[in-house]
Amino acid sequence: MNLDTAFSALADPTRRAILARLAEGEATVMELAEPFEMTQPAISQHLKVLEEAGLVTHRVDGTRRPRRLAKGGIEAMDQWLAMLREALERNYNRLDKVLADMGHAKQPTAKRGQKR
Amino acid sequence: MSKLTLKTEADTHVVVTRRFATSPEAVYRAHTDPKLIQKWLLGPEGWTMPVCISEAKPGGKIRYEWADGKGRSFYLTGEYLELEPYNRIVHVERMHLPDPTPDNHVETRFDADGTGTLMTIRMTLPDAQTRAAMLATGMERGMEASYARLEAMIQGA
Repeated sequence: MNLDTAFSALADPTRRAILARLAEGEATVMELAEPFEMTQPAISQHLKVLEEAGLVTHRVDGTRRPRRLAKGGIEAMDQWLAMLREALERNYNRLDKVLADMGHAKQPTAKRGQKR
Repeated sequence: MSKLTLKTEADTHVVVTRRFATSPEAVYRAHTDPKLIQKWLLGPEGWTMPVCISEAKPGGKIRYEWADGKGRSFYLTGEYLELEPYNRIVHVERMHLPDPTPDNHVETRFDADGTGTLMTIRMTLPDAQTRAAMLATGMERGMEASYARLEAMIQGA
């Protein structure tokens, strides 16, 4: 897998969403086009980029050509999930600090409108 | 050891767990009091939440607006369905990008865990496609800083 090609393939949110969809299992162009409110040719164009980047592959089944994640695509999805965890963790690390500050504050009184 | 877990479950769920050192009451308040929410629910470095509406009662409105100070912004709206202080919150939410995403039904539990809290967030999306799109979008919004690091790493290679 060429990292550079893979990276520019991932730079587009629709293509990332297509990969996420394919992580659920294989799908045809028609099935992929449905949730994105895009035309099939537009989706086909995105799939072409993803295939060239080695993230998506297809098989031939009569007239259907269902797409699925290639090995590189699976690795890319794993990396995304790790990044999403990291992003959430950043929020919760901030929350840890907020909670620590709440603990140091005096017992809350019934009065509102503390000065800052 | 990471304190956070995130996994998909069946076709339409995403489950996140996280442990906190303080009581369920404090963690619950940090999730419902707008003044507290604004301090931590911010996403990537540099983003702030200039608008935070959180009417913590059944039927109460939720509205979070984020901005990066460089002209980029987006917002989330939702409604509270059930609140059991300091144990459980059920709400629905949707992102506006700017078109609204399908409703995400979210149950958040705060269970005492020793002297701390185990929080479990269980999201339910209408279908597998919506879940996939949400994870992809969440990644797009949330991971910006990580993504920039990856880019720098690849360009430096």
